[in-house]
Amino acid sequence: MFHICLLMFSPQNYPLYIRSVPSQNELKFHYTVHTSLDVVEEKVSAVGKSLADQRELYLGLLYPTEDYKVYGYVTNSKVKFVIVVDSSNTSLRDNEIRSMFRKLHNSFTDVMCNPFYNPGDPIQSKAFNGIVSGMMVQTG
Amino acid sequence: MADDSLFEFLHMEIVSHIFNEQQSRKGELDNKDRAACISLLEAMGFRVGQGLIERLTRDTPSFKDELDIMKFICKDFWTKVFRRQVDNLRTNHQGTYVLQDNKFSLLTQFSGGKQYLDQAPKYLAFSCGVVRGALSNLGLESVVTAEVSIMPSCKFQVVIQKL
Repeated sequence: MFHICLLMFSPQNYPLYIRSVPSQNELKFHYTVHTSLDVVEEKVSAVGKSLADQRELYLGLLYPTEDYKVYGYVTNSKVKFVIVVDSSNTSLRDNEIRSMFRKLHNSFTDVMCNPFYNPGDPIQSKAFNGIVSGMMVQTG
Repeated sequence: MADDSLFEFLHMEIVSHIFNEQQSRKGELDNKDRAACISLLEAMGFRVGQGLIERLTRDTPSFKDELDIMKFICKDFWTKVFRRQVDNLRTNHQGTYVLQDNKFSLLTQFSGGKQYLDQAPKYLAFSCGVVRGALSNLGLESVVTAEVSIMPSCKFQVVIQKL
């Protein structure tokens, strides 16, 4: 059973959404993800200085540890998505991760447009949960 | 297309509803009540702006700097929301921007001339809120005000708050 974990952070780095499969491992991922936030900030602030076409939203592999690979994505509203997968899960290719982030961004846009959602609150939308579960089942 | 007039009618009704509501509760409206109505409209616009910008920037690459963001607001954002581009953008390069729209879509239904000039701010509050909400979600806290000297042209002044 592969491990996979998804986290979302608000522009002020509060957690908006945390989900992992299998669900007992969340705490283990928290440390990895909090350190990866530093790498995200570094990449985001580097975008302004380099002239290359690095203004993409997908940040790619943030850093590999011996157990996990961490991928990042940041929206224009500075909401950060982080996906952590097992290093042993070699079947997940870069463009699959990219498409996962796109789907997440689309569902997040829907959550944002929900008038009952207050930006900055943890996300409790059933539709969003459904999309995430679907994605995790597909890859895990 | 009928879509545009749908929102215009709704907007007019929102403004009139909020003011009538306040009037029936307080009797004569003094300046404080009027200000409360205007801030209510602005707050509505703020939340709408936040959601709108999320949808509109989904596919655009990230912005280089403040000026880039303001240009996006003047071109793509204004086109999607008000169906035209801002005619003139001026800045003092220190955080103040003036956006001038010569045919603001929410004011075209008013008769030109001076008769309803004092009513215009009520109809601009929501749009100020939309702009402020959009900028806030892009990471820029700001104060947005609008003024009208000749209908239907109006100027939005955006002052970016440096924290």
